[in-house]
Amino acid sequence: MATEEHSEGLAFHPMDQFIVKPLFGGDEVGVLTVTNVTLWMAIAVLAIIALFVLGTRGRAVVPSRTQSVAELAYGFVHKMVEDVAGHDAVKFFPYIFTLFIFIVFSNFLGLLPKAFTPTSHIAVTAVLAMAVFLTVTIVGFVKHGLHFLGLFWVSSAPLPLRPVLALIEVISYFVRPVSHSIRLAGNMMAGHAVIKVFAAFAPLVLISGVGIAVTPLSILAITAIYGLEILVAFIQAYVFTILTCVYLKDALHPAH
Amino acid sequence: MANTTETATEAVGEAASHAAEAAGHAAQSAGMPQLDTSTFANQIFWLVVALIVIYFVLSRIALPRIGGVLADRQRTITSDIAAAEELKAKAVEAEKAYNQAIADARTEAAKIVAEARAEIQKDLDAATAKADAEIAAKAAESAARIDEIRAGAIESVKEVANDTAAALVAALGGSADGASVATAVADRMKG
Repeated sequence: MATEEHSEGLAFHPMDQFIVKPLFGGDEVGVLTVTNVTLWMAIAVLAIIALFVLGTRGRAVVPSRTQSVAELAYGFVHKMVEDVAGHDAVKFFPYIFTLFIFIVFSNFLGLLPKAFTPTSHIAVTAVLAMAVFLTVTIVGFVKHGLHFLGLFWVSSAPLPLRPVLALIEVISYFVRPVSHSIRLAGNMMAGHAVIKVFAAFAPLVLISGVGIAVTPLSILAITAIYGLEILVAFIQAYVFTILTCVYLKDALHPAH
Repeated sequence: MANTTETATEAVGEAASHAAEAAGHAAQSAGMPQLDTSTFANQIFWLVVALIVIYFVLSRIALPRIGGVLADRQRTITSDIAAAEELKAKAVEAEKAYNQAIADARTEAAKIVAEARAEIQKDLDAATAKADAEIAAKAAESAARIDEIRAGAIESVKEVANDTAAALVAALGGSADGASVATAVADRMKG
């Protein structure tokens, strides 16, 4: 590695944190290889089980702390689904809740030092977004048959404009999963990479005099960006979920 | 180390060149790990496993449980509010009954007082009348006694006057019969 040869220089590897590597030796990443992805997804699953199964064990009418957190999450997503996608979307609530909780836990667990963030990978978010896209499209056609295509035919627009609008609507419909997935992965990746870049500047004080100014600044910047990332971790999960609800609303009530 | 004596510009320049080198190196060897398609199958496989586990745990255990708890709480709150409202209505009713009872008692008391007053008045009137009658009888009796005594007294005076007059006449050397003396005394007494 070129940079590691200069042992006293700064080491910039902002993207190394995203490398998928096998946990138990070897270099091959096969389909079933247990990797850091497996580890952090498993941690997310266990944390989710701890909060939502163990935390609600008491079924108390007056909730314990963990139970009220679980209830808060339940109420938050349930209200979102009901308000945005309508009352008949409530049967998709477990599905949407699964997506939201997985993204929230992956995002927040990824903020732990040394952690791996599955949601910073386009492969992961693309699967999530495609799952939403396929679900919504299938639900639309199952519920409304060919009337679902009315989604693209803006009947309130003047007739000559309608074919143009239909083309735009179709393109925007198929762009949805792309923006849906890249928004989440891009946000997570950018934040983590920026933190890593600032972190690489932090040891400058050991190398050069100018580090007296740069090191505190970079540590301050890491702290600030970390705070921002906590916000982004939640907001991106929220945005992903609410867009899922909006798309679902289009499928359930395609009238323009 | 030689680096510590370098100027700030040089240090930053070196850092920047390292950064550029690092970026170049990253671009050369792997680029963004996100675009390394050889790991896609692995990530997607574990993602699907994780999602299925989460979905089943949530939809079979956690969500029905939480939904049940929330519904229970809502029901408890609703029934508690209903019970509270019922109790409140009962309290209002009880207050009304209490006020009614007090009003009834008050009118009853007033009636009893009026009755008692009327009875006492009647007794009093009767007693007064009786006393008046008794007093009148006593007064009449007394008046009769007084008249009697007065008459007796006049008789006595007349007798004394007659005797005195007769004695006077005798003392002056005259003599007079009893009848003329009595007549003269009676005339004088009248006059």
